[in-house]
Amino acid sequence: MPEPRTETLTINMGPQHPATHGVLRLLLELEGEVIVGTRPVIGYLHTGFEKEMENRTYHQNIVFPARIEYLATFIEEMAYVTAVEKLLDITPPPRAQVARIILAELSRVASHLVWLGSSAIDVNVSSGFMYCLQDREDILDILEMVSGQRMMHGYYRIGGLHRDLPEGFETRVRQLAEGLAGRVDEYDSLLTDNLIWRKRLEGVAVLTPQTALAYGCTGPILRGSGVNYDVRKAFPYGGYDQFEFDVPLGRNGDAFDRYIIRLEEMRQSRRIVLQALDRLPIGPVRVDDRKISLPPRAELVRSMEAVIHQFKLVSEGLHPPVGEVYAAVESPRGEKGYYVVSDGSNRPSRVRVRAATFNNLQALPAMVYRGFIADVVVAIASLDVVLGDVDR
Amino acid sequence: MITVVLVAAVKSVALVVMVLLGFAYATLLERRLLARFQLRYGPNRTGPFGLLQPFADGIKLIFKESFMPATADRLIYWLAPAISMVAALFVYAVIPIGPEIRFFGATVSLYIADVNVGILLVLGASSIGVYGVILGGWSSNNKYALLGCLRSSAQLISYELAIGLAVVSVVLTAGSLSLVDIVNAQQRLWFVALQPVGFLLFFIGALAETNRAPFDLPEAEQELIAGFHTEYGGFKFAMFYVGEYVGIITMSLLVTTLFLGGWHGPLLPGPHWVAVKTFAFMCLFIWIRATMPRVRHDQLMAFGWKVLVPLGLLNVVATAVIVALVGG
Repeated sequence: MPEPRTETLTINMGPQHPATHGVLRLLLELEGEVIVGTRPVIGYLHTGFEKEMENRTYHQNIVFPARIEYLATFIEEMAYVTAVEKLLDITPPPRAQVARIILAELSRVASHLVWLGSSAIDVNVSSGFMYCLQDREDILDILEMVSGQRMMHGYYRIGGLHRDLPEGFETRVRQLAEGLAGRVDEYDSLLTDNLIWRKRLEGVAVLTPQTALAYGCTGPILRGSGVNYDVRKAFPYGGYDQFEFDVPLGRNGDAFDRYIIRLEEMRQSRRIVLQALDRLPIGPVRVDDRKISLPPRAELVRSMEAVIHQFKLVSEGLHPPVGEVYAAVESPRGEKGYYVVSDGSNRPSRVRVRAATFNNLQALPAMVYRGFIADVVVAIASLDVVLGDVDR
Repeated sequence: MITVVLVAAVKSVALVVMVLLGFAYATLLERRLLARFQLRYGPNRTGPFGLLQPFADGIKLIFKESFMPATADRLIYWLAPAISMVAALFVYAVIPIGPEIRFFGATVSLYIADVNVGILLVLGASSIGVYGVILGGWSSNNKYALLGCLRSSAQLISYELAIGLAVVSVVLTAGSLSLVDIVNAQQRLWFVALQPVGFLLFFIGALAETNRAPFDLPEAEQELIAGFHTEYGGFKFAMFYVGEYVGIITMSLLVTTLFLGGWHGPLLPGPHWVAVKTFAFMCLFIWIRATMPRVRHDQLMAFGWKVLVPLGLLNVVATAVIVALVGG
């Protein structure tokens, strides 16, 4: 009798696949249903935004960050404007800072809700998906009220905000924050104690702290493995050092820890939002520097100088000093950094985006080795990939 | 003789039409109810309350291009959905939906055949349904379909065992294999009270047997696209669909027959009670789908073999001992 021939089964998962959260493609090597090799193939959503940003002025570039990573939009805008502000060495006025933090934390919750919903639907709790997106929609309503757009806001400006927060903003946010606590608890009770949910997530897609650090993972992925690194705490930006919040950490580094961490982060974000609402100061929302921000409309009819500033800023934009900066923020997916090089002209000579998901995704093969196909789905969901962010 | 055949034929046609209508509205019920669970409306545009939606779906599927992968095994590829559907419809020959009634002066029984091994026939026919899944997955020559059909063969075979054991305990309690006798044995007390473990085993097994959440692994969308019917479209897909939803109705009917006293109930006439109980179980199926995550393949097998089967065996032994003691 001839020796039975064994070979692995190669399966191509994606780029068109219901559970790869976009156009991620995976080449899986299977022995039966056990995975012995994974190769993520990326680049299907390459947009060239980094290059595109070299061709536009600093202010025009504000529209790109939210399109690179379209779930936590205000955090993305914050990452870019923080970098340029660092280059210009300016600090936005206190009201703008606090408003940015409120909007960023709302964005974080919205993004985590999408993550929760899509991880729920990945293990077939389709109701969870609907509930989460409904709640996210409530948050997007507020973001729309502020900026006029649900997702691609373009509301932040270098040195502040486009305009002041709308009337009734505080009440709406307070209402939302009140409801949110109960909603998160509801998801908690719907999923956390569900036996099947736990069985699917516990001990799945485990990442040791060493591996996580070696791959440069950040965000909930790294914290799930028990490494305490949150940019908001480690390198506070935008006034985060004045807020009280906890950084939840995991112990086992599995998908379940990441799930618990993200749930807790939603609660912490709510805490930050409430603190920020209490201390939202009255005042201007843009720096009073005519070389950086536009003069108020009222001034245009009176002052020739204002007209010239307006004209120069709109037609040419601002000119940061020669230099290069890297500024990072804590996005829902980890450290999101913008590296901006200025040659003194009105356009950046190079913009490089440090995308958290890109690094996190590298850890996927290590996570699912010797797991099942079903675990790949859970692993991708627990990574919370946004392909726009990976490919840029 | 002619009358007997004629009556049987009329009853068969009526039943098949009824079951297919039931299937059509089961899909609508699922979509509407699921939508309600999920803060949505569901299909409500086609006819009043979306009542014509199933027909729109059916017409659409029939007129779709009959696509077939170039590398598929032609004969089996065509045969598989038919097996799935026919096996699912076949079991209705022996499931009773009511006692005998007077109809234009003649006594008509509300079942097509009172086979003395009725329940075995049902289990046998639903086992044949597995062939539809396996052959469909294998013949379409697609890796996802192959994985899906491998999973389902493993799943269906192991959960059939659990169902079988639950049925054995019912059969022991009733003292007959005929479904009509089993229903009649529940005149005083429903078997769900006498056989709570058997009821649970059967219900869990029924979820797995019909590929329903949380055991819908063969067609796990998020992992295997559509599992065994990935390469099926048009009416061939619809036939698998018929198989699945008729399976749900069958299982709900069987739970009603075996554990909930079939047509027994106060006030309403028999068939109404069967309908009400079956409907309640179908809603339960959908409710579970709206709530539960999907188990993983190895967990499913472990649960089947390490929990359900031993529990079923124990239940059978306990039932046998009690029946022997009480009866003897």
